[in-house]
Amino acid sequence: MSHILVVDDSSSMREMVSYTLTTAGHSVMAAADGAQALRIAEDGVDHFDLVITDINMPVMDGLTLIRELRGLRRYSYRPILVLSTESSPETKSAGRSAGATGWIVKPFDPDKLLGVVGKVLPQ
Amino acid sequence: MSMEEFHQIFFEEADELMEAMEAELLEMVFEPDNPERINNVFRAAHSIKGGAATFGFAEITETTHVMETLMNEVREGAIAVDRSLVDVLLSAADCVKDLLAAVKGGGPADAGLAVATRTALEACLERSGAAPQTSPPQPDSSDEDAAAAETGAALRRYRIGFRPAHGLFRTGNDPLHILRALRELGDLEVEVDTGSVPTLDGFRADQLYLAWTLHIATGSDPEVVLEAFEWVEDLCEIDFQEVESRPEATPDDAPAAVPAAAPAGAPAVPMEAGSAAGTERRSADAGTLAAGTAERPDSAPHRGERRAAGAESATIRVGIDKIDTLINLVGELVITQSMLSDLGEDVELCDLDKLREGFQQLERHTRALQESVMKIRMVPISNVFNRMPRTVHDLTARLGKQLDLVMHGEHTELDKTLMERIGDPLVHLVRNAVDHGVEMPEVRAAHGKPERGTLTLSAFHAGGDVVIEISDDGAGLDTERIRAKARDRGLVDAGEQLDEAQVHQLIFHPGFSTAEEVSDVSGRGVGMDVVRQNILGLGGSVEIASDAGRGSTFTIRLPLTLAIVDAQLLQVAGQIYAVPLVSIVESFQVERANLKSIAERGQLYRVRDDYVPVVDLTSLFGIREATPQPVAGGLLVLVESGNGRMGLLVDDLLAQQQVVIKSLESNFRAVPGVSGATILGDGRVALIVDVTGLARLLRATGGRRGQDGGLTGIRAA
Repeated sequence: MSHILVVDDSSSMREMVSYTLTTAGHSVMAAADGAQALRIAEDGVDHFDLVITDINMPVMDGLTLIRELRGLRRYSYRPILVLSTESSPETKSAGRSAGATGWIVKPFDPDKLLGVVGKVLPQ
Repeated sequence: MSMEEFHQIFFEEADELMEAMEAELLEMVFEPDNPERINNVFRAAHSIKGGAATFGFAEITETTHVMETLMNEVREGAIAVDRSLVDVLLSAADCVKDLLAAVKGGGPADAGLAVATRTALEACLERSGAAPQTSPPQPDSSDEDAAAAETGAALRRYRIGFRPAHGLFRTGNDPLHILRALRELGDLEVEVDTGSVPTLDGFRADQLYLAWTLHIATGSDPEVVLEAFEWVEDLCEIDFQEVESRPEATPDDAPAAVPAAAPAGAPAVPMEAGSAAGTERRSADAGTLAAGTAERPDSAPHRGERRAAGAESATIRVGIDKIDTLINLVGELVITQSMLSDLGEDVELCDLDKLREGFQQLERHTRALQESVMKIRMVPISNVFNRMPRTVHDLTARLGKQLDLVMHGEHTELDKTLMERIGDPLVHLVRNAVDHGVEMPEVRAAHGKPERGTLTLSAFHAGGDVVIEISDDGAGLDTERIRAKARDRGLVDAGEQLDEAQVHQLIFHPGFSTAEEVSDVSGRGVGMDVVRQNILGLGGSVEIASDAGRGSTFTIRLPLTLAIVDAQLLQVAGQIYAVPLVSIVESFQVERANLKSIAERGQLYRVRDDYVPVVDLTSLFGIREATPQPVAGGLLVLVESGNGRMGLLVDDLLAQQQVVIKSLESNFRAVPGVSGATILGDGRVALIVDVTGLARLLRATGGRRGQDGGLTGIRAA
C-alpha cells in the first residue's frame, strides 16, 4: 500500500484514477494542476511514493511539475508517471528529459494502470 | 462507486467545460489574438476528449479530437481566428453538447450531425494546409497483443546489451523494474558488467555504473521485448539481437509456420485493420453526410427537447465554505444539545435562566442551520446569464443588428430550482429585446443614436427578492401600436382610457404580438403571456418600464427560495393565515374617519396621502358574510405587491415566524389568492396568502366575493 499523488485538471479523470488506485489499496491525494501538486509536495505533510500527472493542465503543466519535483530532495528519485492522451515520440522524449519515469496513455485500462503502478513502486 | 457515477462526474465536468468553451469562443470574436482564450478552448476540447475516450463515447471523442487539432493549429498561428472559424467552432460545440445530451439520456447520438460537424472542422484545417490528424486515441490494444503473444508457441531467443546512462535513477526508473518485466516474458539470464564502476573516491551513490547482457527466451516478438525499455530508450544504449531463429522456420515448414507466426505478428495487424476500418468509416460518413445535413432542420426541435431534459441535473455543486459553515453549525448544535441534556438531568429552579439561554441558543443555531442549508441550494445566476452571450451573438448575426451585451451581478445567488426555471423566460425576454427592442443600425443612426445598441442584464438582491433587469436602449414600446392592436383584438373597448403603464401591461396579454410579421426569432408561439405566467408561477412578478425612443426595461422579481418564507401570522374570524413578511408595509388600527366607501370600488382607507382598497378576507374567502363597516379599532395590515397596495382587515396579529410552504395545488387544488399552506407549531394548518394573487382577485371582483366563489368552503384546519 502506497501513498500516491494524482494530478489532473479533469475531475472525472482524477476520480477515476483515484478510485482505481484506492480500490487496489493505495491511498491517494489529488491535485487539479501542477502548481497545486507542487504546493502539496513542498509542504511536506504527505510523503508520496509515486506521482501520476497529466501533461496539459492550466496554471502549471505536467512537464514543469516534473522538473520542479525533481528539484526537490524528496522527489529526486521517486517514480513519476505521466498519464496523458499525448503519446508522440517528441512528447515522450520531452517527458524523459524532464525526468518522467514512464507513460500511461489515456484512455487507460484500470488493470493496466495498476500493473504499471505496481511495476514502479518499491516492492 | 459505479460506472454511472463516473459518467455523472464526467457529464458535469463536460457541461462546465462546454459552457466555458462557448464563453471563450464568444469573446474570441472581439479578441482574436488572446492566446489565453485560444488555449482555454483547446484545453476544454482536450479534457473532454480524454474523458470521452475513457468512457468509450466515440462520437464525442472524435469530434473533440478534431476541435482540439484545429485549436492547436490556431494556437500555433497556422490558422487565424475570424468570425467564420468561431461560428464553425460554436456549432461544433453545439454538436458536442447534443452528443453529450444524447449519451446522458441513453439515446442514440445523431451521428450524421457529428460527421457533418467534423467535416466542417476538417475543412477549416485543410484551408490552412494543415493535414487533419486522423486517429483519436483508442483504448489501448496491447493487452490483446500480449495475449496473442502468449499463444505464439515457438520460443525466440534474444540477446540484449543494456547499458543505462549513469543518471537513470534521476527519472525514477530502476533497471530492476526492466529486468522484472523481461522475466515475465520468459526465461531470463543476466550477466552483469561491472567494468564502469569507479573507485570509491569517484563513486556516487545516486549514479548507476552497471551494465548488463541479457539472454531471454520468449514467445514474444522483438517489439514486445523492446517495450520493456520504452521508458528509458533515450537513457541507455541497447544492443538488441535475435540470436537463434526458431528451428521450425525452415523453408520446408514455412507454410505451417505462417499460421503460428501470424498471431505473434499481431501488433501490426490490428493497426492496419484499424486504419482500414477508419477509411471505410470515413467514406461511409461522406455518404451519410448529405442525409445528415438534410435532416438537420427536422431534428432541431428534438435537440431543444433533449437539451432541456439534460439540463435538469440531479446534483449540485456546493462551495466548500458553505459545507464548512454547516459542519460548524452542526457542531454548535451538538454542544447546545448536550448542554441542555445535562441541565435536563436534574432540573432545579435556579437553572431556569440557563435553560432559557440554552433554548435561545438552540433557536439561534437552528435558524442559522436552516439558512445555511438553504444556501446550499443557492447558485449564482451566472448559470443562466452565461447562456445569453450566445443567444445575442446568434441573433444579432441573423438580424444584422449590432449589440453590446453588458451583464452585472452575475454572482447574485438564487435557488437552484428557480434558476433552472427562470432560464427560458429570461432567454425569451432577451430575444425579444434584440428582436423588437433594438433597432437596425441605420435606423439608430437616423435617430442620432450610436449604431451599436446596448443590452444590459443585471441581477441583485433587494429585500427578500432577487431582481433581474433586462434593459435595452432601443425604440421602447410603441404605445400607439399596442393600443391599436388591443382594440383590433377586442382586448380593450374603443373608448377605454388607459394610462401608459396599463398599455405596457397589454403585451403580456395572451396572444398579443405587435411584430409586423411573426419572425422566426420571437414568433415561436411562445408569447410574453407565457413568460409572465412562468414568472408568476415562480412566485415572482414582471414589470415593464418603457420610454419611447430610449428603450425599455423589464424587471423580474423572484423570491429567494420556493421552500420557506418569513411570515406574519394573522387571525381572521378564528382562522389563522400567514402573510409573507416581505409584502407587509405596516399595520395599524382602523380609524373610522379615514374610511371611505366608494360605489363599485368598495371601501377605501386613507393612509397618509394615499387611498388603498380595503380587503375583507372574511368575505373574500367566504368565511362569513361581509361586515358592513369595519369596526373601528380593528386592525388593518397594509400589504404591497407588484400590482399595488391594499389593506387587509384582520382581527388580530399573531407571531412572526418562518413557515415552510406546502403546496396546496399538489395536495388539494390551486386556489386564487392562496399560494400554499403551512403547518404551525401546534399542528394547525394555516393558509399562506398570495398577495399578488389577492390583488388580481380584488380587481376581478371589486373586493367582494369571487365570481367563482373559489374560496368558499376552504378553511384552514
